[in-house]
Amino acid sequence: MQPAYSVIFLTTATGAGYGLLALLGILRAMGGLPDDRAFGLFGLGLAMALISAGLLASAAHLGRPERAWRAFSQWRSSWLSREGVLAVVGYGPAALFAFAWLVLQRNDGLWPLAGLAATVLSIATVYSTAMIYRSLAAIPRWHHPLVTPVYLVLALATGALWLNVVLIPFVDGHALSQAICLAAVAAAWLLKIAYWRAIDGATGQSSAATAIGLGHLGSVRPLDPHHVRDNYLLKEMGFAIARKHAARLRRLTHLTAFLVPLVLVLLQTVTSGPLSLAAASLAAVSVSFGVVIERWLFFAEAQHKVMLYYGAETI
Amino acid sequence: MTSLPKEAPLKRLGLVIDLDTCVGCHACAVSCKEWNTTGYHAPLPDSDPYGKDVDGVWLNRVHGYETDPELGGRTVYFPRSCLHCEDAPCVTVCPTGASYKRTEDGIVLVDQDICIGCKLCSWACPYGAREFDTDGGVMKKCTLCIDRIYNENLEEVDRQPACVSACPTKARHFGDFNDPASAVSQLTAERGGVELMPELGLKPTNRYLPPRPGATMGDGASLQDAPGADDGFLSWIDRVLSR
Repeated sequence: MQPAYSVIFLTTATGAGYGLLALLGILRAMGGLPDDRAFGLFGLGLAMALISAGLLASAAHLGRPERAWRAFSQWRSSWLSREGVLAVVGYGPAALFAFAWLVLQRNDGLWPLAGLAATVLSIATVYSTAMIYRSLAAIPRWHHPLVTPVYLVLALATGALWLNVVLIPFVDGHALSQAICLAAVAAAWLLKIAYWRAIDGATGQSSAATAIGLGHLGSVRPLDPHHVRDNYLLKEMGFAIARKHAARLRRLTHLTAFLVPLVLVLLQTVTSGPLSLAAASLAAVSVSFGVVIERWLFFAEAQHKVMLYYGAETI
Repeated sequence: MTSLPKEAPLKRLGLVIDLDTCVGCHACAVSCKEWNTTGYHAPLPDSDPYGKDVDGVWLNRVHGYETDPELGGRTVYFPRSCLHCEDAPCVTVCPTGASYKRTEDGIVLVDQDICIGCKLCSWACPYGAREFDTDGGVMKKCTLCIDRIYNENLEEVDRQPACVSACPTKARHFGDFNDPASAVSQLTAERGGVELMPELGLKPTNRYLPPRPGATMGDGASLQDAPGADDGFLSWIDRVLSR
């Protein structure tokens, strides 16, 4: 599949934003965060900026962005529509949460519920994003049970690493935040390794013979080039990455999305002051870069069944 | 509404394509383009049509394949267009309701005034039936010539899809698969019409008729160096020339 830059930006930015918002909501309800207005402003501000930038970018890949509002109507059947509805609904609890924290400075009575609602809606939105891909049987590497856990845990990991940066000026060495970072990055790493193993070992369910319906005549191969130039299908679904580049980019993902953040957060547990801030910031930048590469590969390595008509043997 | 119809459509209109008689002439594809660029899905734009990087929207494309030479080795031409699936994944993924399946005849259409051009439906279709119109920013697909098959301004004989009318070898047939007496149902039954990628369970409506078992090399008159001894006049010529 052709990697769509606006979609890569959308999923990485909203992933980090919703991960951060989800953590702020639940950790504040548990009383695990500083009550500082400034911290609330930085934390919520960063989360909402990432979410809003991602959502706006998603309109960039539409053919008719002025009609984007129509995408809220088909939540009964479409995961893309559900993602849109949940994203918009999510602004409600997020606004109440911000109001209680930044204006009223309250975290008692029913107020924590606003944060918890923001947490639940954040998780649901990331889940819907993942399900857009997970539900497409035409693309087996997306139609895989590990796709949704990878999206959810990567969102948690990127959100946690950014929370870890914002926390430092207020609480240097927040043990819970560091523990969440380590656990989420390690879990995401294991899930991603399991996903790559699974897709590398998978055998295609469809073949050129089942696609063309000539199974009884043995193998089927294209006779001539089908068109003089690449058409929409070949440009959009036919994008393929050379195996050697995929291997190199996977190594880069292992390094930047997982290994470097783990080492830097571990380093941060034994440092303080500017060194701790530098380690936490580098970890957050590294994981964000790593997830962009991971998302690019998610597209570039995905094979679409239509390519069976263009010479692929099994997909 | 992008939920699929709850009840089975009254009619299941679709095509039967005969891979035995298709000669790969592209008349169906050209006729489809000609009709539909001014029809329901108008226009079907081309970019750089006379230049080096020609590209454009086609709702029907013809592929040519070669089958295993060990098993007879056939050249098979294969026109590919929307199969109007019963469980159409392109419909359910649509976030706007632009993609829909008609309850009355099962035809899958795109409402050009609602489509936001997110391309998700084209990702969902394993058959590559949908093509994006970069000029209009909307998705295009086969309409089964909905503006011909019900068009009372046309002679009755012309009330069938443009691809079917154009086919010079009558390899394409249009009709209702719910009607056991229709030509499409009977051809499918007689010739063992196949469904494409049945393993996906999308229940496509269109069927492809496999090529009939054909002649293979050596089945006809054997090619010998010279006539046999009892071929009369030819044997005499052979003897004279061999002297």
